[in-house]
Parts: sequence; C-alpha cells; structure tokens
Amino acid sequence: MTIVYEDHGDEAATEVPVRRIRFTINGAKKIAEVEPRLLLSHLIRQGVGLTGTHMGCDTTNCGACTVLVDGLPVKSCTMLAVQADGHEITTVEGLATASELHPLQEGFKEEHGLQCGFCTPGMMMAAKALLDVNPDPSEEEVRWALSGNLCRCTGYQNIVKSVLWAADKLRSGAI
Amino acid sequence: MYPSRFRYEAPRTLDEAITLLRDGGDYAKVLAGGQSLVPLMKLRFASPELIVDINNLPGLAYHRADPDGTLRIGALCRHVDLERSALLASTQPTMAAAAPLIADPIVRNRGTLVGSLCHADPQGDWASVVLALGGSLIAQGPGGRRTIPVADFVTGPFQNVLEPDEIAVEAVIPAAQGVRSGGYLKLERRVGDFATVGVAVAVETSAQTVTRAGIALTGVGGSTIGATAAAEALVGQPLSAQTIGQAAGLAAEVARPRTDHRGSAEYKRHMVATFVERLLSRSDGTAERAA
Repeated sequence: MTIVYEDHGDEAATEVPVRRIRFTINGAKKIAEVEPRLLLSHLIRQGVGLTGTHMGCDTTNCGACTVLVDGLPVKSCTMLAVQADGHEITTVEGLATASELHPLQEGFKEEHGLQCGFCTPGMMMAAKALLDVNPDPSEEEVRWALSGNLCRCTGYQNIVKSVLWAADKLRSGAI
Repeated sequence: MYPSRFRYEAPRTLDEAITLLRDGGDYAKVLAGGQSLVPLMKLRFASPELIVDINNLPGLAYHRADPDGTLRIGALCRHVDLERSALLASTQPTMAAAAPLIADPIVRNRGTLVGSLCHADPQGDWASVVLALGGSLIAQGPGGRRTIPVADFVTGPFQNVLEPDEIAVEAVIPAAQGVRSGGYLKLERRVGDFATVGVAVAVETSAQTVTRAGIALTGVGGSTIGATAAAEALVGQPLSAQTIGQAAGLAAEVARPRTDHRGSAEYKRHMVATFVERLLSRSDGTAERAA
C-alpha cells in the first residue's frame, strides 16, 4: 500500500516524519506508514482503497465521512490517521456480508432513503452506532442521532424511515 | 485539506507529555479530542510544529464526584460521557442541560470538556456553563499543579493563561452548598450550529433564598461573559418575578452582541434577557432544547 506525499522541495525525503501504525479495518488487520498530518479519511480512501467513505465538506460539518472507531461514530476528516494506531475501524464496506446486505442497507433500499447517495455511508454508520446501543429507537431518537449528518436531497423523511425499518428488521431477527 | 507538516508524539505518561511540551516551546499544541484543533489546522489557522497527542495517557477519561460533592472532570472525558452521565443528570442541572447541545452527536464522541475550555472559543458552550458554576481548571507543568478559576483562565478569543509547557488535566466544579437548580439554553440556526445566543444559569437556594448564583453568556461578545451583577442581585433574595426580571435586565446589559448573519444585536440582547428569565423561572432545571 502506498500513499504519495506532497514534496515542498524544502526538506530531504528522509526528514518527512512518518510513523508506522497498526489498525484493524472491517476485521482485516493492517500496518501502514503514515505522515502524521494524513487524515483518517485519506488513509481509508487512498491508503486502504475503500472509497465508500465519502469526503463531503472536509470541515467537520456534514458527517458524510463518518466511520466507526471502536464502535463509536467519528468524522474521519477530523481525526489524524496516526490516531487510529491500535484501534478498530468500521466503514460502510464493513456492513454487508459476502451474500447479504446489512438491514440498514436493505432499509435504505426499501424506504428509498437516498437520492444522490453521497451522504448515505455516513448516515448508515451513524445509524448503526445508534441501533447498537438502542435497538428500538423512537423517530425523535433517530433524528437526534443523525443530527450530525447532513443530507441536501431527501429532507430526511425517508432516511428516518429507513433506519426505523432496519431497527424493526434487526429486532425481528434477534427474536 | 491537509494541516501543515508537524511532528507527532503520543506519550504514555503525563511527565513525558510535559517534557515534550517544554522542549517544543511555543510551537507545540496538545491534542485531546481534536474537534476544534484539527479543523483549525486543516484551515491553516493553526500550524503547530509539534502535536502532543494525550489520548494514550492513562487515567484522564473520568468524571466523578468527591464525597463532599465536588465534581472532577478529566482531560479525556468526552462530551458523550457527560451527556449520558447519571451523575450529572442527578446532581448538575446546568451541565446536564448543556451536554446534549454541544456540537453534534458525532463530534461529541471525540470532543472533551477540558479541551473545549482550553480552546476558549467565545461561542463555546462549556465555558459559560463552567463559569456560571464557579469552576476552575487544574494545570500541570514541570513545576507541579496549579488551580486556575475559569473566570481568570481565558484572556481573549482562543487565548488562555496556560504556559506552553502546561497541560490542563482536570476541570473542577465546586460542591453546591444549597439546593442546585439551573439550566442552559442555546439558540441556534440549526441543530449542531454554534450558539447565536447561549445562557447558562446555576443557582443554589436554601429555604427559598438564593445563596449563590452564576449567570454566563455564550456568543454575545468577544469572549464568554460572566453576568456578575445579574447573579449578585439574586443572592439573599427569593426567586420572584421581580428579582428574576431584574437579573434578566442586568444580564442583557453586559451582553456585547454584534449584528451578523445569525441575527441583529438587538435581537440577541433580547434573547439573553428572555433566556435568563426562562431559566430562573423554571424550578425543575430539566434540559430543554431552545431552538
């Protein structure tokens, strides 16, 4: 795996600080060499090559880049890749199995929870974290849990329905 | 967007972190939750040469009450821990009201209260809350620890009194002497936005008389504003329509709002008075979303 750094021409290549980190992403163990200023979102997209995590605003507002770090949703544009050292990352690619969609992915399909789809990976990861701790959320709880994720297409109605659909499915499967 | 190039250290002990800061001088920054610092670095408003990441330091992710009721919040206690805290819900109405209003739920998973105080954003919600409660910060440096009242901690927008080799390790909220009530109200254009106006009220009463009061304002000046005269006017009085109205008027007087895209100065000043009145009129002190 290779990440290409900017060369400002003012220092020798060996002077660029690089650190070796170990982390787990969607269950796979990885070792990476990263410059400290590399963002987690860039490590995921350019380093690991998982482009399901989207870069939206790049200013900590929109939540499109949300991934789970040790199970908690984090805006991956606002965490340094070096900080993933020793931690477990889950991206949207980690939701489905080889044969089956995750109930959240099914829910977004069934309830038409997306239009352009750009915010969807972040929505799903924030929703997954909610359902992990609250399997039977109210509509209001879903809305609050997703309040750090912006969608400019749907008006949120169908996103909320999709998450509630997934919660129903997960609960019926658990019985 | 990338930050400028920097050296990164993730020490395992507080002593090691302080040594790194001492050697890094003015160009070093402490990284805790990073939810303000990383965006600032990406926008190149901050370009530290050394980042000392304290996330691996053991024993800082706590919030707990001493036997006498003093609340202690460690430097790695995240907003989400406070939002879900049974301790805060039962003993700290002002803090419990503010916790769910900090930024958005995803930012709350990373960001810390102590980091928010250090960041000293005039629109930071915790600064008003801790100021209203008469809290302080404990800073640790090469020479040991010192306690800094939060009222003396901030010197201006994004500026605090910490020495370059000091780390704020704990926030301290003094124990209540009477029955504690209060809350935090935040007017925001949309969920998760910075405050257009925020008001923190913390009151202690004994036998229907106010024994201590704190009122602080967010987003209506160049830094967090302590409405000291408004709070002092309440002490020794019962909470009545008259005393509440007087405090609301005095609080609005010390606000220094500016007209901007979030609203006119006149509107913001009016909201300060409205929020003070609303918070003091409520006895239950429960969280309420203002927007």
